[in-house]
Amino acid sequence: MKFDFRRLALGAAAPVLAIVVALLLTTVILIVAGDPVLAVWQVLFKVPLPRQLVAIVNEATVLYLSAVAVAIGFKMNLFNIGVDGQYRIASFTAAVFAGAHFLPGWLNIIVAILVSIATGALWALIAGVLKVTRGVSEVISTIMLNYIATYLVAYFLKGAAVKVEGSNATSTRILAEDSRVPGIDISWLANTPNKVYGLLILSIVVGFLYWFILNKTRFGFDLRATGQSETAAVASGVNVKRMVVTAMVLSGGAAGLVGMPLLFGQDFAYGDTVQAGLGFAGISVALLGRNSPIGMAISALLWGYLNQLSNGLQIGAGVSDRLVLIIQGIIVLSVVVAYEVVRRARLRLEQGRVARELATIAGPATKEVAA
Amino acid sequence: MSSQTALSATIPQTRTGRPSWYWPVIIVGSILVVSTVRVLTGAHDIDSSGALTAAIGMAMPLVLAGLAGLWSERAGVVNIGLEGMMILGTWGAAFFGFHFGPWAGILGAVVLGMLGGAVHALATVVFGVDHIVSGVAINLLGAGAGSYLAVRTFTGLPGGGPTQSPPLEQLPFLSIPGLGDWLQQLETSRTWLVADLAGILRTLTTNVNALTLIAIALVVGSAWLLWRTSFGLRLRSVGEAPHAAETLGVNVLRYKFLAVLVSGGLAGLAGGFLVLVASNLYREGQTGGRGYIGLAAMIFGNWRPGGLAAGAMLFGYADAVQLRGRGDVIHAYLLPIGLFLLGWGIWQLIRRSQGKPMTGVWRIVISLAVLAWFAFTAEVPAEFTNMTPYVATLLVLAFSAQRLRMPAADGTVYRKGEAN
Repeated sequence: MKFDFRRLALGAAAPVLAIVVALLLTTVILIVAGDPVLAVWQVLFKVPLPRQLVAIVNEATVLYLSAVAVAIGFKMNLFNIGVDGQYRIASFTAAVFAGAHFLPGWLNIIVAILVSIATGALWALIAGVLKVTRGVSEVISTIMLNYIATYLVAYFLKGAAVKVEGSNATSTRILAEDSRVPGIDISWLANTPNKVYGLLILSIVVGFLYWFILNKTRFGFDLRATGQSETAAVASGVNVKRMVVTAMVLSGGAAGLVGMPLLFGQDFAYGDTVQAGLGFAGISVALLGRNSPIGMAISALLWGYLNQLSNGLQIGAGVSDRLVLIIQGIIVLSVVVAYEVVRRARLRLEQGRVARELATIAGPATKEVAA
Repeated sequence: MSSQTALSATIPQTRTGRPSWYWPVIIVGSILVVSTVRVLTGAHDIDSSGALTAAIGMAMPLVLAGLAGLWSERAGVVNIGLEGMMILGTWGAAFFGFHFGPWAGILGAVVLGMLGGAVHALATVVFGVDHIVSGVAINLLGAGAGSYLAVRTFTGLPGGGPTQSPPLEQLPFLSIPGLGDWLQQLETSRTWLVADLAGILRTLTTNVNALTLIAIALVVGSAWLLWRTSFGLRLRSVGEAPHAAETLGVNVLRYKFLAVLVSGGLAGLAGGFLVLVASNLYREGQTGGRGYIGLAAMIFGNWRPGGLAAGAMLFGYADAVQLRGRGDVIHAYLLPIGLFLLGWGIWQLIRRSQGKPMTGVWRIVISLAVLAWFAFTAEVPAEFTNMTPYVATLLVLAFSAQRLRMPAADGTVYRKGEAN
């Protein structure tokens, strides 16, 4: 039991250590740059206002979906940097489809979400197929596909754009009232009229499915096995190529969901002002959360918290809100370093334990052999 | 994967490389093709000295970024953080360039880039973190640090603001005297082949920026250093077989660390080029993913200096053409591409002895589609011009991935003394 406790402590040590390191390093940067250290931390460590609380949850909802998309790839040892392109091309397609209002009300929303999943999956499929048939690294191909998606969307947006009176922003047709997902009223919990995205439920469901499929199904087991040891997976009868394509498609499908809370809960259209870079933020969140469904939820909330509270930096401390990007960057970098250090410490711990146990079982004879 | 590479390492190379006339023929051939296309379609901007100068200006950051990638990957460390290091370099160039003059700007770009390289080296070489993960984190960090520092240092300066530096003093432009006017006359005559050669010569001899020359020297110098010296041999051995290198007494960690540092410096310089030469000031988002394209150029060039320079020139050219708003130039290229594919497809069909007649058919179908696109439109939309480098990279990777050979231990984490 004592050993298990140590393992647990080691597991929690890494993210906590990373955050502490990030705070220390940021403090050093602030001192070097000559910015007010105390004022900055006072702004960032304030208890969020109810209004900010809603914004944090909303941001986390979106980031979580992105993180899950990235994590599906990670579990397979695939690095899907293309979540960014996948979610944008998928949301655009969904926005065009939903904006056409072929179907009434809720049906329109559900089918549009399915369209989005399919588009994201299809875009990721290109990278998957290139990997298994032509041996192209998914890292490079998804980076290229991100840019191609950007320009494709820009091109088609020009064609699909609807002129809005008094604005030069281009966007797809705005969704009708009955094709929007109403927000969740939390005025009973916090004193604010702002509402949480209704599609928060989607995030929770996706998180649950991610946990269930990976940990409770044969498919999930095969997927994780392939990620950890390809040779072992092949020996147990897994078709690795099919697995790569499937994982890529699943990741892309999940990426297709990223833009949905924004589309149905906030923007009601896809325009050139839509938020970019969520895919990259998802990578950070997945790394920090160690691909665990709960861990990623916590880190998504942390990211949302940092983003929201940093808005006050300029007014509250006279420091650029870009500071938060540095903090986030340092957190990600130090967390991966910390995980690596902890992993090695754990390995040493385990080796030591096994050696001790062997020594007590076999007596001094094995010790001699081992030496 | 590893068994494959191990196998290929044991088989002696049978192919002795291309004949000596291969590259001259390719270069002369492409000039002939381009000048014919120019005369036929009237898209005279296809190789005007203006377009070529712009192309070199756009290509040099990619060349430097690609070279940065080359140094790091030849030592076995994948450097996807080039973009972040470039951003650091842009700030360094602008800050030091504004306060101490453009030559200090170059130094500032290199130092700031090296700072990013040092972080990457610390994470990947010392701590053994996954290279891609560290690279992505550095891109985040670089973007954040760059824009934070810009707000901190450029706000309030004359002509500067939170996202933009004040205009900077330029680096000197060099020309070979007495050639410019004469070549310009030849070029404006628009004669087949003569005007094209004059345009190319004029680009190479007049108004060449000092930093461009430095960049070219760096490519040549790196090629020499990495392939012709024992230092280079050791550095490459670290990327091919670190454990073997270790047994021969090479300090693997030191070489890797050094290579990533140099890589960071070159990436910073790539950012510095954007600031000091291409636009004369720092702007937020200036790098615009060029670190990634530089990486693509390096892969395109098969992890070799000459190849990456060619790839970077190609991408830079596409970039320049698009920036000059010349949809007609890319449109003009549809003609030779279509004809080339058509000829290739027909040739494949004739050589049916390979037993795969179908491969020729789809080439012909695509070629007809391309030719139809050429015939029925006047311009290629800007978005598709923008896409060119990325699509080209994807196609090259898809169709020649078997011919590309990256360093055998590229991207693997090396721990000292773990050889077995």
